[in-house]
Amino acid sequence: MESKTPSFVRSQMLPPQPPPTRESGVVKWLHENLFSSWLNGILTVVGLIILALIIKSALPWWLNGVWHASSLGECREIIAASAGEGATGACWAVIRERWHQFIFGFYPPALWWRPILAFGLLFVAIGPVLYAGQKRVLTTMIGSAFLGLLITLWLASAPAMVFVGLVVLLGALAALAQTRPGALLWFTAAFPALCFLLLWGGSFWTPVMAMAGFAILAVVARLLAGRVGAPVAVGLGIVAAVIWWLYVSGPVAGAFASVAPLGLEPVKSDQFGGFLLAIVIGVTAISCSLPVGILLALGRQSNMFIVKTLSVGFIEFIRGVPLITLLFTASLLLQYFLPPNTQFDIILRVIILVTFFAAAYLAEVIRGGLAALPRGQYEAADALGLDYWQAQRLIIMPQALKVSIPGIVSTFIGLFKDTTLVAFVGLMDPLKGVTQIVRADINWKGIYWEPYIYVGAIFFLICFGMSRYSMYLERKLKTDHR
Amino acid sequence: MAVASDVPKESFRLSMLIYDTRFRSLTIQVVVLILFALAVAWLLNNTVQNLAIRGKEFNYAFLWQRAGYDIQQQLIPYTNDSTHFRALLVGLLNTLAVAVVGCVLATILGIFVGVMRLSHNWLISRLMTVYVEVFRNVPVLLWILLAYVILSETTPEPRAFRVTDEMLAAGQAPAARMWLWDTVAVTNRGMNIPAPVFDRPLGTLALGPLTLNLTFLALLAVIAASVWVNRRLVAAARRQQEETGERPATWWKSLLILFVPAIALLAALGFHLETPALKGFNFQGGILVAHSFTALTVALTLYTAAFIAEIVRAGIMAISRGQTEAAYALGLRPGRTMRLVILPQALRVIVPPLISQYLNLTKNTSLGIAVSYLDLRGTLGGITLNQTGRELECMLLMMLIYLSISLIISGVMNIYNRSVQLKAR
Repeated sequence: MESKTPSFVRSQMLPPQPPPTRESGVVKWLHENLFSSWLNGILTVVGLIILALIIKSALPWWLNGVWHASSLGECREIIAASAGEGATGACWAVIRERWHQFIFGFYPPALWWRPILAFGLLFVAIGPVLYAGQKRVLTTMIGSAFLGLLITLWLASAPAMVFVGLVVLLGALAALAQTRPGALLWFTAAFPALCFLLLWGGSFWTPVMAMAGFAILAVVARLLAGRVGAPVAVGLGIVAAVIWWLYVSGPVAGAFASVAPLGLEPVKSDQFGGFLLAIVIGVTAISCSLPVGILLALGRQSNMFIVKTLSVGFIEFIRGVPLITLLFTASLLLQYFLPPNTQFDIILRVIILVTFFAAAYLAEVIRGGLAALPRGQYEAADALGLDYWQAQRLIIMPQALKVSIPGIVSTFIGLFKDTTLVAFVGLMDPLKGVTQIVRADINWKGIYWEPYIYVGAIFFLICFGMSRYSMYLERKLKTDHR
Repeated sequence: MAVASDVPKESFRLSMLIYDTRFRSLTIQVVVLILFALAVAWLLNNTVQNLAIRGKEFNYAFLWQRAGYDIQQQLIPYTNDSTHFRALLVGLLNTLAVAVVGCVLATILGIFVGVMRLSHNWLISRLMTVYVEVFRNVPVLLWILLAYVILSETTPEPRAFRVTDEMLAAGQAPAARMWLWDTVAVTNRGMNIPAPVFDRPLGTLALGPLTLNLTFLALLAVIAASVWVNRRLVAAARRQQEETGERPATWWKSLLILFVPAIALLAALGFHLETPALKGFNFQGGILVAHSFTALTVALTLYTAAFIAEIVRAGIMAISRGQTEAAYALGLRPGRTMRLVILPQALRVIVPPLISQYLNLTKNTSLGIAVSYLDLRGTLGGITLNQTGRELECMLLMMLIYLSISLIISGVMNIYNRSVQLKAR
């Protein structure tokens, strides 16, 4: 082919043209995401109409909200005066006036600093469990708990002594976090007793003596382990601790109390209410149900027939009946099953039954995690010569628990939501108990959106937060390379 | 080797019960059994003592005594002269009514929301995400209470529907109107809906304690027969298609077979709807659906649907993209790809968690107590328990019934689950 020069050849590059409007920016986004096909267009329009309807009916209601009023009638007058006759508006004044009942129930206002302090220290106590050994995170947690507590305790006008104690305690813990972060677990171990003392008050010696039972268990088990072997020693330790709790600790605590009457003003269980009650039941049941659930899951996987049968029976029974019937068992039937004239606290009874309930569900979740482990992991543990508990602790459980984190957290979320059911055994949960009291007040009769939105929003924040945290944990612990 | 033959020579020592793996599991089981037996004996002993102190004895004779209370919603005939056992049955049926209606509605809504959440439409998928997250993270009790309060406190009183002569003369409209062409009236006492009425009913047949409604049975039989005939028709059409390659038009025959006999029977029985009408101070005629039932069903449906939506979404996402692509490569259209390729595989992932959602919904019906819905918990575990003072018997019976319902549901669904599971390997 001979060279035939074209009539025109461009010797310069053209400047790049912007893409067509259809292929860039807002138009492209709209086209791809909202109007990519006929059906999608219709859906978008329907969605927009629904959204518009919701906004049209709800927006004036939110905007006309009234914060300062002493009754629903006054609220309506203010709204009618400012937005015209027939306008709707939220009456947030009820929240402003009654927020403390939703949070604390009938806990004496002068003692609000005690639940606040317990709640703040809770974060310090769970830190070492969630972030074992991470100095920076632990110190940050203690620091932020300190700051948060300082502000809220000041708002709750706590006595000056509390601030001194707080500075000393958290200062010591922060120093410990810097030097020996592992030792912070001792604070976690002591926290239940501290929390009980803060919430219920009473003699300082009762929780101390209850804790002493665990110390006795440990001492007996360690002393005898050399002579009769670990399993028997632990068994004897449990027997000794039970004897201590049943027969000895009461008189000893009484004796100490007569010598040194330390303690806080007691608060009765029927004064608990609102989110204080929900969190007390929820947190206690969550932390107790995890170990019970693990044991039940192991029992169900066990090849010992009797252990397996009992575990399966327990799990299936609990999962087969509604939580309400279990709560009624706590309030009505325990008086039949316990020795005559036994009295114990209704909150404690509810916590025990809720713990069983959550443990059965957790057991099934963890069983799923155990089943997901390849058989080779068990065989590798055997080949290394590990015994059953070592294998569980070092090889099986870390993997099985990691797999079942989403399930575990959703069980916890369900448990926390279910704490509202305690209203049916006469406790004041935030949803039915407190809201009913507020709605029964002559000033606020006929109000319903505002209290339910308020309580629902708090529940939403806590539960949504928990589910997001579980997603974060899942991503962080993901070690497989897929 | 030698080790194996050495073992029997070793004399038995007590410590071997714990340290020898051959005996250890036996030891543990015996110890567990003894502890369990002791615990049961302790509980039984306490119960016997407590019953003796209270002067009660454990028997179920009270079930045959007169109940003496009224139940608002009854699916079987019941008066306050009936026995406690009859009240229990009414309560059980009320529980099952909410459970069945709730499960069906929640499944439909859940699948819809789950599929919509996967939509490529940005707005729709966001809206569905908000719905799912809001309903999942707030206690179901709140939805029940809120639905009930809205239904019973914002709806008009029956007298708001009244039209007086003066109002007609002045051209005023009543304060409230009925819905759906004047057939449904929502008042603060309940929802009045039209009732099906037969002018020439077939009567009832008494079989011991059971009474059979012959009208209903006849209708059921006719519908079943037409469905069966329609199936034969479709099967015949398919055979012809496979033999000759041409499918005869069956749709009009199907329509005729499915609807004409049932409509003819309804006409013969004199079927019509009785619409509620305001008479005196209240609506008469029609069926009064209690707000407690509506609130409980709506709340449980919305709450459970949010969970089902997540299950459906996870199920569809679990099917790899390659399956869709392979189906497209075979020339299947999107609708058929979904129906023939994706859904059958996704169902396998979806069904087990779906079962537990059905179980949860059924157990959550016991929250009807919050809106005074007389379900099993409200009759047997509520009024009967309070009237007779038989806490132990009532609670045990109630737990047993709930347990049986749960076990039956999970049993049935497990059979279904096995039928859709992978048959390979």
